[in-house]
Amino acid sequence: MEPQDLTESLHKHPFLNNMNEELLKTLTSCASNIVLPEGERLFKEGEDAKTFYLIRSGRIALELPGGERGMIRIQTVGPGEVLGWSWIISPYRWHFDAYALERVHAFAIDATCLRTKCETDYHFGYEMLRRFSEVLERRLEATRLQLLDVYGNAPGGRGENY
Amino acid sequence: MTEFAPQTEELLHGYMIPSLATVRRIVWETDDTFTLLLDTTQMNDSPYSFMPGQFNMIYAFGTGESAVSISSDPAKPGLLGHTIHRVGSVTSSLSRLKRGSLVGLRGPFGSAWPLEEAVGKDICIAAGGIGLAPLRPIIYSLVRKRELYGRIVILYGARSPLDLLYRVELEQWNKLPNTEVIVTVDRGDSTWKGHIGVVTNLFSYIKLDSESTIAMVCGPEVMMKYTVEELQRRGLSQERIFVSMERNMKCGIGLCGHCQFGPKFICKDGPVFRLNEVYQLTEKKEL
Repeated sequence: MEPQDLTESLHKHPFLNNMNEELLKTLTSCASNIVLPEGERLFKEGEDAKTFYLIRSGRIALELPGGERGMIRIQTVGPGEVLGWSWIISPYRWHFDAYALERVHAFAIDATCLRTKCETDYHFGYEMLRRFSEVLERRLEATRLQLLDVYGNAPGGRGENY
Repeated sequence: MTEFAPQTEELLHGYMIPSLATVRRIVWETDDTFTLLLDTTQMNDSPYSFMPGQFNMIYAFGTGESAVSISSDPAKPGLLGHTIHRVGSVTSSLSRLKRGSLVGLRGPFGSAWPLEEAVGKDICIAAGGIGLAPLRPIIYSLVRKRELYGRIVILYGARSPLDLLYRVELEQWNKLPNTEVIVTVDRGDSTWKGHIGVVTNLFSYIKLDSESTIAMVCGPEVMMKYTVEELQRRGLSQERIFVSMERNMKCGIGLCGHCQFGPKFICKDGPVFRLNEVYQLTEKKEL
């Protein structure tokens, strides 16, 4: 894909909504277009977070090793979403395993390249932090909701609990 | 006292005395949730009819009465379905009934989903857990006259793959034209190939036209709170969002006060509300 085409495709991803042309070009210089076959592992817990992904199609599973319980799948990430924020927070290591549940089309963004850009261009760095903060806030909210186990056998309800 | 007598009698006959309905069948949807199918054709006040979103009071003889949403097709009121979570003495008693057993039935009670208002519009249905049960009648109605409505999106979240209700129907609805069903579970396992995460995550995968969409939401209150926030974040006004509220209903006609919610009675004024009617009340912790 030509850089111009890549910039245009990136612009369509919800994570980059309304990002200005100049910043988008900066991001494009660190981006590539990838296709992952079903079952492909993207990264493993503890590995260096060298990349983050903007998913275009397909789904990715995030898993944690649960000892005797085996791998525990904690979340799936799909089209329009972002995979990976460990690249932006020291010590830049993945907290989960990730693999493609089905064929995945995504933009892969080189984290080392991006960190360098962030440190040399504070405007760009702020923009990335701002966008990732929103992602983190949403993830935190979703995790809290998940922890609440809202579908459990809590008392109350319409009366079906009697 | 005498001046109230005619009204009391009317209430007793109309709403407070149960009719007898016969159990046709019990279908286990999950390990602890079942659908009680009742034959209403022999009931005193037959023919029975209801609107999507309404509920009945079901009496298990010798145990007690419980409010249960109707989960079956309004076009087939002769076979009335109630999907019930078995957690207490009444629901356990209902779960043990056999074909031919009798239950007491009062209803239908309460307000309905906005079927007429939905004509010509896109529809977003968001359900959590057993909250899909009160929404199933409106889905049947929408599907029956599919051509009258725009795009239909059904977002459904459950605790785990084993807790999903109406799996076969979810697949069937997903195959309908201009209709999309997206399911997620809070906890998956290695055999589950679908989405994992809370139901609000599913909004990332759909586009809503805030000017032409009507949303209907039912589930645990916390789930509804976050879902409503997500819908509003995507531009839907409170007037376009409908929620089905839950409180412990007893009388079904707004007399006993068990289900009072500020100035509203969930059993009489609800359970289905336009969000702007109840939004401020949902913010009050003591209600």
